[in-house]
Amino acid sequence: MLRDVTLGQYYPVESPLHRLDPRMKLSATMLYIVSLFIANNPACYLLATAALLLAIRISRVPVRHFLKGLRPIFMLLLISMLFNLFLTGGEPVLVHWAIFTITWPGVRQAIYMAVRLILLIMGSALMTYTTTPTSLTDGMEKGLRFLKAFHVPVHEIAMMMSIALRFIPILADEADKIQKAQMARGANFEEGSIVQRAKAMVPLLVPLFISAFRRATDLATAMEARCYHGGAGRTKMHPLHYQSGDRIAYLLLFAYLAFVILLRVIL
Amino acid sequence: MAIIKTDNLVYEFTRRDENNEVVETVRAVDDVSLEIAPGEFIAVLGRNGSGKSTIARQLNALLLPTSGTVWVDGMNTQDGEHLWDIRQTAGMVFQNPDNQIISSVVEEDVGFGPENMGVPTEEIWKRVDRSLEAVGMTAYRRSSPEHLSGGQKQRVAIAGVMAMKPKCIILDEPTAMLDPSGRKEVIQTVRELNQSEGITVILITHYMEETVNADRIYVVDQGVVRMKGTPREVFSQADRLKELKLTVPQVTELACEMKKAGVDLPGGILTVEELAGALCR
Repeated sequence: MLRDVTLGQYYPVESPLHRLDPRMKLSATMLYIVSLFIANNPACYLLATAALLLAIRISRVPVRHFLKGLRPIFMLLLISMLFNLFLTGGEPVLVHWAIFTITWPGVRQAIYMAVRLILLIMGSALMTYTTTPTSLTDGMEKGLRFLKAFHVPVHEIAMMMSIALRFIPILADEADKIQKAQMARGANFEEGSIVQRAKAMVPLLVPLFISAFRRATDLATAMEARCYHGGAGRTKMHPLHYQSGDRIAYLLLFAYLAFVILLRVIL
Repeated sequence: MAIIKTDNLVYEFTRRDENNEVVETVRAVDDVSLEIAPGEFIAVLGRNGSGKSTIARQLNALLLPTSGTVWVDGMNTQDGEHLWDIRQTAGMVFQNPDNQIISSVVEEDVGFGPENMGVPTEEIWKRVDRSLEAVGMTAYRRSSPEHLSGGQKQRVAIAGVMAMKPKCIILDEPTAMLDPSGRKEVIQTVRELNQSEGITVILITHYMEETVNADRIYVVDQGVVRMKGTPREVFSQADRLKELKLTVPQVTELACEMKKAGVDLPGGILTVEELAGALCR
């Protein structure tokens, strides 16, 4: 069960998008999400969809892969659509049956919401598919360096993130082993009410936490033995420098953003 | 000059209760004096809880002595100024391969030490290439440690230490969690590094088979060095080793028993070939 955690799974192919600077991809994703919330008419959404499809084409990650990634949010999507469909008031009313009322603004709102969510998930997935976790944390560390002025421990947070990513499969494996060991001694994780099942998780979580702390101590010692002493004076195996490709990407990004704003203003 | 030297090293663990009052002190290391020359292959043998790991942690300043001194390449470990130099000079490999690899990509993990030391980028890559080659893991440089066997992970950990260009590697039970083939793989790698690169090796272990090729062995029990000498000298005293709850290699034990039964054999036989040779004389 826990093995299915697929956080930021990288899709290893060669493409111009894979080669871009992670800082560029991070800000592009952020601005793309902003653009989805600026958009308020069909033309905007068409433009956003077209831009994303183009980016996916350039990335050479199969669209199939993206659709698979959408599966877990299907329920969320459905629920938010239904809520929007039935609970948005306004004129003209399309269907009225018992307590259910479907209005034209409701339909529009439901469709917009769905498109927005789908594009949002696919857009952020594009970033994780084309960027390795390490370069993503490197990008965050360097891109958010200005936060150091506000005493945000940027290097430490980035280091924690990359270590967390490294340990997800190890801890997932361990949880699996503990679960099997408890099941062998008669624990039941599959039946009973939600409360009972939640209670059954306790004998799984306690040993998992203890082991995680033990691993953390070991890792800290190993890191110290390898001269780790924070971010100061540290050099990088992959120093980040913007290339010409990144400049072009930034130009395209800002052009896209300007277009979305323009479409919102004039339509 | 000795690369590592300890003078009457003592280390005590103190256990305190909630009020920060000392409940008990345990003397984990008791008056240990070692002297290790550059290029030597030293084995420290002892059963679980004998204090051998505590000694190992003293040798690169992860723990500091309660009394006595530890010198690493002429630097006193109590001298905070040299802390990072000491850790770079005496690199350390730990028992659990999973808990010492910090990156999700092999080559990035190997580069972690040099990154911390502030080595320039191109030089890091050179060191990573060389270290991976030295442990024979170049083919896996882009793999995730997840997909490696225990023995391979330990070789990556050794490469990570090698990339720091240490003069000495301390291996704290590097094979305790491995299967027999992984164990062989790691010991083989360590021996090669010792012979071809001239790295001083201090191997902490409770498997006696792994110490057969060492230059010298220290046998530790209850924090005290009980025996020391070449493998031959140490293993010829099979009874004494058994008293210290250590298992003598099978061949050595067989030879000892045969000798007791009246077969004319030299003492301290270490390998099957040697025993066969002695019997066929």
